Amino acid sequence: MNYVFAFLILVGVIFAAVNGKMAECTEAVIDAAKGSVELAIGLIGIMAFWLGLMRLAEKAGLVSLLARLLKPILRPLFPQIPSGDPALGNIVANLAANMLGLGNSATALGLKAMQELDRLNPDKKTASNAMCTFLAINTSSVTIIPATVIAIRAAAGSANPAEIIGVVIVTTGISTIVAITAVKLLEKLPVFRIRGEVEDE
Amino acid sequence: MSNGFSAFLQELSNWAIPLIAGGIVLIALIKKVKLYEAFVEGAKEGFNVGVRIIPYLVAILCAIAFFRASGALDVLTAALAPITNFLGMPPEALPMAVVRPLSGSGALGIMSELINTHGADSFIGRVASTMMGSTETTFYVLAVYFGSVGVSKVRHALWAGLLADVAGLLAAVWICRVVFGG
Repeated sequence: MNYVFAFLILVGVIFAAVNGKMAECTEAVIDAAKGSVELAIGLIGIMAFWLGLMRLAEKAGLVSLLARLLKPILRPLFPQIPSGDPALGNIVANLAANMLGLGNSATALGLKAMQELDRLNPDKKTASNAMCTFLAINTSSVTIIPATVIAIRAAAGSANPAEIIGVVIVTTGISTIVAITAVKLLEKLPVFRIRGEVEDE
Repeated sequence: MSNGFSAFLQELSNWAIPLIAGGIVLIALIKKVKLYEAFVEGAKEGFNVGVRIIPYLVAILCAIAFFRASGALDVLTAALAPITNFLGMPPEALPMAVVRPLSGSGALGIMSELINTHGADSFIGRVASTMMGSTETTFYVLAVYFGSVGVSKVRHALWAGLLADVAGLLAAVWICRVVFGG
């Protein structure tokens, strides 16, 4: 992340100088800084709502039930997480919300899952294998109903706004398979290995 | 698939949250959970999480804003054009593909523009819709998710996410071509 950050900013500054876009850059950065806070603040309400609801679900035993039901799928993906751990139930809740196209609610549930994964992570500053796998699945987006896209297509006068659903499901399936394969292969590379780690599982 | 189907899916999305909330509350009630107390106790955390992600979001979104506004992104897009043309991606869809992992609102803007210019039911409109619907804003997701738990060393998560984006964006073009022609 250090290099990505440095790359984006340094290359940005060089190009801004060459293209004479310093003023635009200044404005864009200030807007982005403001926008970031607005985004984060906007998440707080929905975050609180889902964290509250998930606490109920946990106390009612629903989260561990979800984890147990989907154990056969979750086990190979997250071998480091003890079976029946609430982290698994929360991961399922996030993925389900993503599939339904629930946007910010999915994010809130995802952050709840990250808290659970953080509890299991011995090195708090470094991502665990389970976190990387979870993030890879999330960034590859597991969508069944792309609600926003369908709405925009409908507004633009499409004869059949939902016709892309089948294509989206296949595409998202392919990218998720690539994500899982990549994350499982990359975690074995020496560059990405956690320092001092002997054996992972 | 018809308009009725599209409306049904919209409805399903609308129903999901109230049904899930109702279901959880009902089961918690049956299991004699102290509903109100438990909810408030959980919800308390929401504020902290929101505040905790701010520095991470500012860092990543500002860096991306720099990169976009300086024109560096356009140069990157132009450099990628020969490769993506060779792979069969319509040139109009390339800016969308490059922006998608960096900025969700940016990509949504480009998608709306493409749909308005070329039509929602054109090949380009369909490809753009599929790209938007089937991939995620990788940088945003990483910043928010890892930021919420204070993780700064993200290891291989970024590369896996970007590989998945490339796969998804190219697959969108190929599958649209197979299914819709064009």
